[in-house]
Amino acid sequence: MSSLILAHTRYQALEQLRVPIGLLASSLFPAISMLAFVVPFAGGDPLAATTATGSMMLIGAMSAALMSLSISVSQDREQPWNPYLRTLPAGPFPRFAGRILTTMGMMLISVIPVLVIAGLFTEATITVPRLLLGVAAVLVSSIPFMLIGLFIGFAMPSKAAIAVSQILFFPLAIVGGLMMPLQVMPAFVETISRFVPSRGAGELVWWLATGVEPKVLPLVTLVIWTLVAGAAAAWAYRRDEGRRFS
Amino acid sequence: MTVLARTVEVTRRYGSTLALDSVSLDIRPGELVGLLGPNGAGKSTLINLFVGLRRPTSGTVEVLGGSPADPLVRRGIGVTPQESGLPEVLRVGELVDFVSAHFPDRADRSELLARFDLGDLVKRQIGGLSGGQKRRLAVALAFAGNPRLVFLDEPTTGLDVEARRALWDGIRAFHAEGGTVLLTSHYLEEIEALAQRVVVVGQGRVLADDTVQAIRDMVGVRRVSLVAAELPELPGVIAHHREDGRVHLVTADPDRLVVELVRSGAAFSGLEIRPTSLEEAFLAITAKEASHV
Repeated sequence: MSSLILAHTRYQALEQLRVPIGLLASSLFPAISMLAFVVPFAGGDPLAATTATGSMMLIGAMSAALMSLSISVSQDREQPWNPYLRTLPAGPFPRFAGRILTTMGMMLISVIPVLVIAGLFTEATITVPRLLLGVAAVLVSSIPFMLIGLFIGFAMPSKAAIAVSQILFFPLAIVGGLMMPLQVMPAFVETISRFVPSRGAGELVWWLATGVEPKVLPLVTLVIWTLVAGAAAAWAYRRDEGRRFS
Repeated sequence: MTVLARTVEVTRRYGSTLALDSVSLDIRPGELVGLLGPNGAGKSTLINLFVGLRRPTSGTVEVLGGSPADPLVRRGIGVTPQESGLPEVLRVGELVDFVSAHFPDRADRSELLARFDLGDLVKRQIGGLSGGQKRRLAVALAFAGNPRLVFLDEPTTGLDVEARRALWDGIRAFHAEGGTVLLTSHYLEEIEALAQRVVVVGQGRVLADDTVQAIRDMVGVRRVSLVAAELPELPGVIAHHREDGRVHLVTADPDRLVVELVRSGAAFSGLEIRPTSLEEAFLAITAKEASHV
């Protein structure tokens, strides 16, 4: 089984690396945002800079989870290669695992430029254990976004998936307080943000990276989003299977 | 095991469309079976049932003593992907490795590629291959796991004559070593060249199932060809076409046709009556079936 997961991960990773535009998008965008927003406005304050660096890492992870995953899943479904893969002697698990591991790999790569910029151009400070905790928090809190990405990928044709994932991505990033701190935004945004998964993900990352006490409600919301997105992704997967392979 | 794969009274519907209507078919070890039928006859549905892509509406499908829905059963079969969908960015060798990784018993990569004349393309990206090379790679993938039973859906469509013959050699070599093949093809010549047994399907049913020779004889149709500018309506003509000034008529009763032809007083020359090819037999079977409905 593990050799099959490895084979599928290798296959997915090669596809991503040979057409690196997706990888570029998920690493370039947070790096640019970092230079444009974080360095000039929060770079001088160690806590603000560290928090903002966590947010930007999360943005890169969200982009890989929501956009790259949904688009690659929906595009693969449209290829005649996909039914062939189902005739190979493996269940759906190795392929899923391959996708998730590849997406996590993309996230880890997208984190690097953000960390480099934070280290060179801001006053952000962090200890090694906190850094590892922060990166782990990014990976864990990206799970609901991966599930949403899978839901979109299995439920929609690729053209719709491209549009919908982008439409979701930016409002989620902004309302969640990842693009700029919630303190500078109107009060009602802060109220709404408690109910979006990106806020909860942010709280988790900020907490583990800086030690600042998190708000509880957004964390609960994050868990609920994970469960709902998991159910939705499973439903979309089964519906798609039922349509094409029953 | 006397039967390698079979369907027992399998019916398959897509909504209100009946794709297969109570089809029972046995494939025995070592056979090379050609599956013939017009588009929409149910060939693809039958193959999809055998490889586990579809489930029957009723009846059972059995492959290597188990269900094709079971991945362990599918370790013993080989399937050809459509070459248009091969992942373009991977290299030939990487793709073969990826497919092989699914099987406990793997064909040697360089040997496999050499057998399909792809030996020097291991490092090439698939997107850069020609159509014929992709097609050969797609067929080669069916053999990556040293299968006992291979399903080839139109393996040589779009290939030139030389490439087609190279592929035929690969398929024959597999069969000679005891492998079993179920093959569909647009080219009747291909079925005649490779298959010993022919299964003709039409409108979701098995219309005929016998040796190539027997199918030809069974329908007993003959080809009457002649040179004529214009012909009257003639009885018993199953199919007709014009080629290089000659008219070819396929009929089950050539004697009566010739009598009627002479009686009509139409001018003609160069009359020939010959046994039919498989293609003509096939047309006769499916035409007969259509007239019943």
